[in-house]
Amino acid sequence: MEDDAPVIYGLEFQIHIIDFDDENNIINKNVLLHQAGEIWHISASPSDKGVLATCYNKTPDSRVLACAAVWRMPEELESVGHESPDDSASTTQTLELLCQLGSAAPGNVACVTWEPMGDGKKVISLADNHILLWDLQESSNQAVLAGSASLEGKGQLRFTSGRWSPHHNCTQVATANDTTLRGWDTRSMSQIYCIENAHGQLVRDLDFNPNKQYYLASCGDDCKVKFWDTRNVTEPVRTLEEHSHWVWSVRYNHSHDQLVLTGSSDSRVILSNMVSISSEPFGHLVDDDDVSDQEEHHAEEKSKEPLQDNVIATYEEHEDSVYAVDWSSADPWLFASLSYDGRLVINRVPRALKYHILL
Amino acid sequence: MDSETDMVRQIRALDSDMQTLVYENYNKFISATDTIRKMKNDFRKMEDEMDRLATNMAVITDFSARISATLQDHHERITKLAGVHALLRKLQFLFELPSRLTKCVELGAYGQAVRYQGRARAVLQQYQHLPSFRAIQDDCQVITARLAQQLRQRFREGGSGAPEQAECVELLLALGEPAEELCEEFLVHARGRLEEELSALEKELGPSPPAPDVLEFTDRGGSGFVGGLCQVAAAYQELFEAQGPRGGEKLAAFAQELGGCYFELVERRLAQEQGGGDNSLLVRALDRFHRRLRAPGPLLAAAGLTESATEIVERVARERLGYHLQGLQTAFLGCLTDVRQALAAPRLAGKEGPSLAELLASVASSIQSHIKASLAAVHLFTAKEVSFSNKPYFRGEFCSQGVREGLIVGFIRSMCQTAQSFCDSAGEKGGATPPALLLLLSRLCLDYETATISYILTLTDEQFLVQDQSPVTPVSTLCAEARETARRLLTHYVKVQGLVISQMLRKSVETRDWLSTLEPRNVRAVMKRVVEDTTAIDVQVGLLYEEGVRKAQSSDSSKRTFSVYSSSRQQGRYAPSYTPSAPMDTNLLSNIQKLFSERIDVFSPVEFNKVSVLTGIIKISLKTLLECVRLRTFGRFGLQQVQVDCHFLQLYLWRFVADEELVHLLLDEVVASAALRCPDPVPMEPSVVEVICERG
Repeated sequence: MEDDAPVIYGLEFQIHIIDFDDENNIINKNVLLHQAGEIWHISASPSDKGVLATCYNKTPDSRVLACAAVWRMPEELESVGHESPDDSASTTQTLELLCQLGSAAPGNVACVTWEPMGDGKKVISLADNHILLWDLQESSNQAVLAGSASLEGKGQLRFTSGRWSPHHNCTQVATANDTTLRGWDTRSMSQIYCIENAHGQLVRDLDFNPNKQYYLASCGDDCKVKFWDTRNVTEPVRTLEEHSHWVWSVRYNHSHDQLVLTGSSDSRVILSNMVSISSEPFGHLVDDDDVSDQEEHHAEEKSKEPLQDNVIATYEEHEDSVYAVDWSSADPWLFASLSYDGRLVINRVPRALKYHILL
Repeated sequence: MDSETDMVRQIRALDSDMQTLVYENYNKFISATDTIRKMKNDFRKMEDEMDRLATNMAVITDFSARISATLQDHHERITKLAGVHALLRKLQFLFELPSRLTKCVELGAYGQAVRYQGRARAVLQQYQHLPSFRAIQDDCQVITARLAQQLRQRFREGGSGAPEQAECVELLLALGEPAEELCEEFLVHARGRLEEELSALEKELGPSPPAPDVLEFTDRGGSGFVGGLCQVAAAYQELFEAQGPRGGEKLAAFAQELGGCYFELVERRLAQEQGGGDNSLLVRALDRFHRRLRAPGPLLAAAGLTESATEIVERVARERLGYHLQGLQTAFLGCLTDVRQALAAPRLAGKEGPSLAELLASVASSIQSHIKASLAAVHLFTAKEVSFSNKPYFRGEFCSQGVREGLIVGFIRSMCQTAQSFCDSAGEKGGATPPALLLLLSRLCLDYETATISYILTLTDEQFLVQDQSPVTPVSTLCAEARETARRLLTHYVKVQGLVISQMLRKSVETRDWLSTLEPRNVRAVMKRVVEDTTAIDVQVGLLYEEGVRKAQSSDSSKRTFSVYSSSRQQGRYAPSYTPSAPMDTNLLSNIQKLFSERIDVFSPVEFNKVSVLTGIIKISLKTLLECVRLRTFGRFGLQQVQVDCHFLQLYLWRFVADEELVHLLLDEVVASAALRCPDPVPMEPSVVEVICERG
């Protein structure tokens, strides 16, 4: 029920908390000021919904510096948000800085990712060619560098994106730099696998399948979305080529991993159904007894079409490049996408498909 | 008076003449009378003698009758004696038979011995109840047995050639030896000989290649083995005709087995030939092989040798087709390598190499000549004078399925596939295939689609009068495949070239420090490079593809004023404008414009013309520029530099695309994005921008 979205607005950098009331279809907005600089990446703590981490750009003395920090949102946010629905000016509040990540370490931070299952104490940040593991202590007021690794090689290597795997006791992190995907073990901070030339061009984003431990999806400038089994790094398991420009974001649905969401700079959001490589390749068995007419209809449909990968829907509400997509953590059938022109679109999975998956 | 005297004189003369005549004839009368008198006398004497003769004859007759009566008795006795003599002679033959036979056997005149034996056998058989004959018969039998044994011995020793063996067998048969056993033995011996032939052939095959050429090999096999087999078969049939169908079966089985070995050898030899190039030699060898085996055909019909031979020939023909297909593919790949080299070379030499159009023509012609050569080579198989060309396989399936489908269609398909594989593999990192090659292949496929495929197929159909009714790939299907390949290649070309330019633009945007850049004085070099490259691509594509259609453009395209930034606009928003006068929310305006303008499909399929290709490349490049600009933060001069660069691009790129509006739209978007990413958006005066661009 909660979506975080960075929007650049003049020189005031804000975080908008958008509250979407499913039953009444009402949208509430809370604006929090982010005074440190423009936000490039944002990620919420998995354990404490009041805590989030951002990567932001500072421009001191005409230089661009990308930093990262952990913030706490004001406590009274909820109540305020409900009372004054559409008056941003009056409800402007400020984020409370908990700690800086990497003020000591150099480099431009590209991405911050939280340990998915833990107590919200571990964070990884990717800065230039370094991968830094932070331990947050004393109710996140202090970040201690717990480990780091760096990428050595020809030229200027820079991480573009990273995700923390929810499997293997949260000991694996995957990163992307240029066209390569790499897996890291957080205990030893060493590389465990490497997919060279995963994409023809720059890899923009990646995501782990929440239910299948070896599967991950990646997307990039070659307009493709690829699905990988990390045990076999030579071939992708499946490749989707639906977008007509760079794919900026790919996300698995948190509970139904056949649903994959992608956003691209061709201003489309595509929802795909990757049944064949999901954790439920055969779907649920249909109960025969007491099905209503409508359900019967769906059952028929289901039996008619064999389970196969397909594009469920293409959403063309955006007028400009879509840079971020994500699923709601509360309702598995809800997702949002954000585009360059500042438009946030919230969509639902088509009802027919929802029943198809559930029944 | 005178006359009277004359008359008197004449009368006198006549009188004297008459007197002389009378005198002369008188003498004659006298002699005639004398003669007649003498004749009368003689006849009388003769009559007497005749009478005497008659009496004498009667006496003689009488005597002779008496004599013959006396001799009658003797005559009968003599006849009897002669009969006895003959009988005695026969008996003597019989008695002497053993010794004669022995002698014959010793001398080796087996034929004579067998004839004697044959003559005596019946008599001996008849009179065997008589003890003396019995003895003779026994003797004879002993000798005959020895004879038979010797014959067998000789037979077994073999070596003396099929006719002599046949003779031995004939003799043995005449001696009443069991035919079945003989025929077994006969075959065993024949097998021995033929196997020798085979092993000789096998030796020629050898482990090392310097075997005689295939024609010689089949010749030798034909005369040696097949000839031998023919002889054996003929002799067998002659000798054991009485054996009936069972004998025939045996012979068939025999021939089948040996023939199998022979075929194996031939196939091994032919397999050695597969790699080699000379089709005519092979066809001739096959022809000999096949023809040779047709000769024993009627004799050995049951053995199915002809069928097997035909099968072998068919198999070889099929393999040949496969070989040619491979050859064509190799040739195609070779052409591609040549083209690659040709494309790579001029850059090193610094001199203009052959143009793309020339390269295309040379590739097309070389492939076409290869195809024709292959067709000609394969055509040998169906030549009229070749003995197997009238087999149903060669008339039907070989032409349609083999040559048309397997060779030609197969080659075109594989060509398309090879071409397409460039799209797939090179998609990663882009660099492997030179883009010019993609372009060339695309044009090649398109040419195939428009003309070459139908030409080649017509040629094939003409050369190989296809009588087979089996379904063949229609020309349209192939053309569609070629077209699809051409389209994919061209699209890929656009992607690759677009990527090259995008990379350039991306690097130029990413590596620069836009915040602390100085006030722009020039167009950045990379933009000039982009225009140069685009022009080069335009030239390159223009060599192979037609111009294509553009949207009608306004006459002052190049003079289009760069969208003016007016500081009066609200909220510091920068937006492009086509109607600079309208003082409204430019953000809204741009959104409305976006609503009405068509969505730009960046990586969209292209059409087969230059404008479409260039449009695709430019779209990809500009979209990349846009996305990269959005990732950066600009200082005031950074924004101005972008402004200058975009104006420059706009000045030079509009002429390449189908719809110049598109370039404007994208470039405006770039500048707008840069302005948004700028904390201090103070754009340059348009006139200054123009001056800088025109100077650069």
